[in-house]
Amino acid sequence: MKVIVCVKQTFDTEAKIELKDGKISDAGINLIINPYDEVAVEGAIQLKEKGVATEIVVITAGSDKGMDAIRTALAMGADRGILVKQDTGADEYARAVALAAAIKAENPELVLAGHVAADDGSSQVPTRIAEILGFPHVNVITNIDIAGGKATCTTEADGGTAVIEVAIPAVVSSQVSWNEPRYPSMKGIMQAKKKPVATVDAVAVDNKIKIVEVSLPAAKTAGIKIEDDADVCATKLADWMKNTVKVEVK
Amino acid sequence: MAGTWVFVEQKDGNIRKVTFEMLSELKKGGDEVSAVVFGKGVEGLAPELAKFGADKVYVADDAIFASYNTGAFVAQMAAMIKEFSPNALLFAHSFNGRDMASRLAQKLDAGLATDAVAADISAGKGIFTRSIYAGKALAKVEVTGSPVLATIRPGVWEVGSTAGAGAVVKAAVAATAGDVYQVEKSFAATVSARPDLAEAAVVVSGGRGCKGPDGIKLVEQLADLLGAAVGGSRASIDSGWLGHELQVGQTGKVVLPNLYVACGISGAIQHLAGMSSSKFIAAINTDTEAPIFNVSDFGVVSDLFKVIPILVSELKK
Ligand SMILES: Cc1cc2nc3c(=O)[nH]c(=O)nc-3n(C[C@H](O)[C@H](O)[C@H](O)COP(=O)(O)OP(=O)(O)OC[C@H]3O[C@@H](n4cnc5c(N)ncnc54)[C@H](O)[C@@H]3O)c2cc1C
Ligand SMILES: Nc1ncnc2c1ncn2[C@@H]1O[C@H](COP(=O)(O)O)[C@@H](O)[C@H]1O
Repeated sequence: MKVIVCVKQTFDTEAKIELKDGKISDAGINLIINPYDEVAVEGAIQLKEKGVATEIVVITAGSDKGMDAIRTALAMGADRGILVKQDTGADEYARAVALAAAIKAENPELVLAGHVAADDGSSQVPTRIAEILGFPHVNVITNIDIAGGKATCTTEADGGTAVIEVAIPAVVSSQVSWNEPRYPSMKGIMQAKKKPVATVDAVAVDNKIKIVEVSLPAAKTAGIKIEDDADVCATKLADWMKNTVKVEVK
Repeated sequence: MAGTWVFVEQKDGNIRKVTFEMLSELKKGGDEVSAVVFGKGVEGLAPELAKFGADKVYVADDAIFASYNTGAFVAQMAAMIKEFSPNALLFAHSFNGRDMASRLAQKLDAGLATDAVAADISAGKGIFTRSIYAGKALAKVEVTGSPVLATIRPGVWEVGSTAGAGAVVKAAVAATAGDVYQVEKSFAATVSARPDLAEAAVVVSGGRGCKGPDGIKLVEQLADLLGAAVGGSRASIDSGWLGHELQVGQTGKVVLPNLYVACGISGAIQHLAGMSSSKFIAAINTDTEAPIFNVSDFGVVSDLFKVIPILVSELKK
């Protein structure tokens, strides 16, 4: 079974966001694989270790910088990569169209992605890819079993845990609690350098969303801080909750 | 053109609060506001939807809609959009809402603004403010084309009291069995008497400073007194003290309560991303240097094991 994993390169989650010329600045920012996508890569590798997956292809759309994300996934254990060269201003729609075209050409049986990108992520791209390809999509999965042409997925639905079954080929999007991604080994990093990465141009389509303005939220300022005995702290905190927040006590 | 539509999130006839939030907010504008509900035997929900602002209630009633399934719901909505031409269509930014909205958007070759925290919809134009980089930045975006589609974060708007006429419009069922592609084999509801984390007015969270299940019990005791949801930092979730659906933060849930109480949580940037937009923030932490104090309205530098029991008895007074 051929598995495609969509990986997006994102800012390190520690990153402090700053604006430059009305846009989010990437100066000095450490780039990582989107944490959810890293989990998807690990999930694919585990499927291969179980003998379910035979080949793992990682794909990213964006600038050349995305090559680092591909190399990291290859070092973890993916087999080859595809870089879809695309303007970084492409919106969810344009990215999904570009990725779906490249994925279609690979004819996979399973497409893994993250359920949201930790940067300006929209929680849309995998669903859109599924619609374009005419595949089912299962969102926010914490486990997957493949058997008899079906994918059985455990998902973190609203208000509980659902087990959802769909026919493959399918697109599934991961939740971080699915697994603990491995660190690339030294050997893996060496091998990754020799693994093939193809570069293709994105299908050109217009965006459906126009960015009007990017801003930073008003910084939260520190309020009252009490350093005293526990009973004083507790009493003052209770007063504040009652009088300022006006909490209802059951 | 037929005003703005709100897709009704309901399970077994229980409507989620976020639906009322959307109806109430739209009702403040001048355009016609409609609720769209899919399900089996759901026509009776119309008066409740009218109460919060729905001028019209579009109902698609059929066994195929008995529980949420993407394929049938999207096919039905696409057919109704074609028939009635709404200007704009809002969904909840929830598990089902974003799934349905994204699939629908692609089917219509349309744009979609997800996780919006503010909206400006007029004359068929829609400009939305999206929370990006886990709340570290805001992007104002215009959804070009028609209809305008967006998902709205629960909790950003208040439930109002202006009623609409609630005229029921029965929609022809357009979805067929062939549209259904997913089978729900089982559903285990999270057994909790506490409110949903994403919708709670008060959230009390415990971190590594709780040191184990005993500390978490104190957090739960305080939460129950306040009718609050319980949340946690990744440290307490990874330690297995709380279920992973209760993680607050960048890779967990983003919460927007009136009051957030952080107990034994340092305030790592990934945690702040999930809670710093709360209206009021209180923190209990032994370390005066803990970054959580930089965002808290009321901080106490003290031991949670001593403070919470006294706090509980003071609140009961
Ligand atoms: C990719 C990525 C994603 C992440 N996503 C998230 C996320 O979504 N949510 C999240 O929370 N974290 C997330 N993290 C982890 C985050 O970086 C922190 O490690 C985590 O939030 C720390 O949890 P904590 O505050 O409970 O623990 P600590 O940082 O260890 O803080 C414990 C605090 O308890 C205090 N304390 C100790 N004893 C007491 C006592 N008796 N009474 C009162 N206070 C006491 C200490 O002073 C300390 O400040 C993520 C990390 C990464 C790399
Ligand atoms: N430029 C991209 N390249 C590869 N995968 C992407 C890209 N954008 C989004 N994705 C995938 O879609 C998921 C959800 O992204 P989003 O819909 O933007 O929140 C990500 O976790 C990735 O798996």
